[in-house]
Amino acid sequence: MKDLQLKSHRFRAEREGDWRRLETLLGKGERGRARSLTDEELLQIPVLYRAAASSLSVARATSLDASLIAYLESLTTRGYFFVYGPRTKFTQRLTKFFRHDWPAAVSGLWRETAISAAIFIIAAAAAYFLVTRDNAWYDSMVGGMAQGRDFAASTASLKKVLYDNDSGHFLGGFAVFLFTHNAQVSILCFALGFAFGVPTALFMAEQGLVLGAMIALYASRGLGWQLGGWLMIHGATELFACILAGAAGFRIGLAVAFPGDKTRLDAASEAGRHAGVVMIGVVVMLIVAGLLEGIGRQTILIDWARYAIAGVTLTLWLGFFYLPRREAR
Amino acid sequence: MTATFNAKPSASAGRRGLFGRRRPKPVYVDPQNHLVREFVTPEGVDLRLQLGSAGERAAAFVLDGVIITVGFVILLLSAAAAASAMGFKGQGAEFVGAIELMAAFFLRSFYFIFFELRPAAATPGKMALGLRVAARDGGRLTSEAIFTRNALREIEVFMPATLLLLGWLMSMTGAEAVDGWTVLAGIVWTGIFLLFPLFNRDRLRVGDLLAGTWVVKAPRRTLAVDLASDASERLARFAFTPDQAAAYGVKELQVLEDVLRRRDPRTLAAVAQRIRRKIDWTAGPGEHDADFLAAYYAALRGRLENRLLFGHRRKDKFDKA
Repeated sequence: MKDLQLKSHRFRAEREGDWRRLETLLGKGERGRARSLTDEELLQIPVLYRAAASSLSVARATSLDASLIAYLESLTTRGYFFVYGPRTKFTQRLTKFFRHDWPAAVSGLWRETAISAAIFIIAAAAAYFLVTRDNAWYDSMVGGMAQGRDFAASTASLKKVLYDNDSGHFLGGFAVFLFTHNAQVSILCFALGFAFGVPTALFMAEQGLVLGAMIALYASRGLGWQLGGWLMIHGATELFACILAGAAGFRIGLAVAFPGDKTRLDAASEAGRHAGVVMIGVVVMLIVAGLLEGIGRQTILIDWARYAIAGVTLTLWLGFFYLPRREAR
Repeated sequence: MTATFNAKPSASAGRRGLFGRRRPKPVYVDPQNHLVREFVTPEGVDLRLQLGSAGERAAAFVLDGVIITVGFVILLLSAAAAASAMGFKGQGAEFVGAIELMAAFFLRSFYFIFFELRPAAATPGKMALGLRVAARDGGRLTSEAIFTRNALREIEVFMPATLLLLGWLMSMTGAEAVDGWTVLAGIVWTGIFLLFPLFNRDRLRVGDLLAGTWVVKAPRRTLAVDLASDASERLARFAFTPDQAAAYGVKELQVLEDVLRRRDPRTLAAVAQRIRRKIDWTAGPGEHDADFLAAYYAALRGRLENRLLFGHRRKDKFDKA
């Protein structure tokens, strides 16, 4: 009966074992158990994948078995994603992120960072002058975030907020609350950049207004220096992160609005990836800021120590992001 | 080494921009299925990737939403149980609260990112529907692309959903009635983002657009039996003349393959009858429809594949090639 067999059937019978072997190995690898693959198996996958890809070409040209072709298409696709997927180990990717990708992405974003910081600072300055001239501005700018800290409050109660050490509370909880809240807000600020950056600009301006109005309130009571320490111990990190999130949003907004030589789609996705790196870093910065604010600020009650921490963290961040460094391999 | 790749199915180079300007009609790889894209691997094989349809994407998202919600409820209940065991006071209870807050945050913001970073590049919902995320340019799927595509979910779904839910709760408790205009704005906002994939050919979400990704089908198929293999013995009993074996083309062959795999007796009988009439075949005594069809399938495929080797691909029965 041998002569009655189809050529495509013989073709399949000869290669079926390899295909099934590849299927098993891919199944193992895809389930994230890449470590359970032995070295020998790992080396086998690319070879088997190329054989499957060549089988697919041959099958398309010579076989009319639709289910076989569909199977090979699925197998080759899975193989392609595995073989050409990310190969580096998680720890390697992490080191590369901190040593190269993150600082490079941030320093590559300096123009947007400057815009973002300028909007923030101008808004803060405007709020400061307006509130100093006319206290009525304060409520419309700070609104619900005041929590009793307004011009009706006594100087003593305002001062108490700055040096309240929350004794008897689990400070880690406060830090976590601050982190989750800030991270959510900055992700939102970033994502809103899609609408040509306009909502991001409004968002940055609003943050600046609140800050400026608060400074005006405390300065009017002669507590300006003290408020500075209270704010900057974590603000050096948190506000920086906030400005970077705004900058990341602007990068996307600008790419969508002015794609330049590229198509709008290409420009947007390139900007999206670049800004994505910055945003992963922003989340890391906010964890640091949350710890500094939730724990550091509540336990360190001396102004100059607060300023010292602020100065050190700011110097570290600036050096980390902007100091020229050797090309990472 | 990355795949060369035609992101746009159109042959037009002059197409640009999201706005205005008429563009020429796109040329699809597969006119029957507009979601198939040419995708040439470095080995030079066209994988013909198929994009996930809007329905599948929505179903996957709903599935993930259910998983997140269930996880959230379990978290809330266990945190409440732990806190009540501590009498709702002291640093212990606050510690539990902190853990819960952190876990809820990660569930909301990092559920998608975590799963898409794994080798399968798919959340459980996507996996259930045989979908995965891939880079549009055929290159590697990077972690920043995954972060970006999921950060955008924040404005696509979570922010408006939270606002609407909050507004609803507030109006229920009568604390503060939410402005009808605010609700309307929220619904319009969400609607624009939710329906965005329907208004572009590649079914891109805003997040996909910015991250340079798309969602493709990568189903796991098992290798089915070759229908021609067990037919080879039977073929001896059914001796078809060359004319009889040449009655149909590839299209009919594949319909027949489908019929044989489904093994529905009524369809088998109907199809067997049609073929017998077409090729003038008189059924012998005790001849099973399934046997006849399997044998005819093998004969037809043998004939068509032979012609294929000589460069003739007969599309269907009307094709005279």
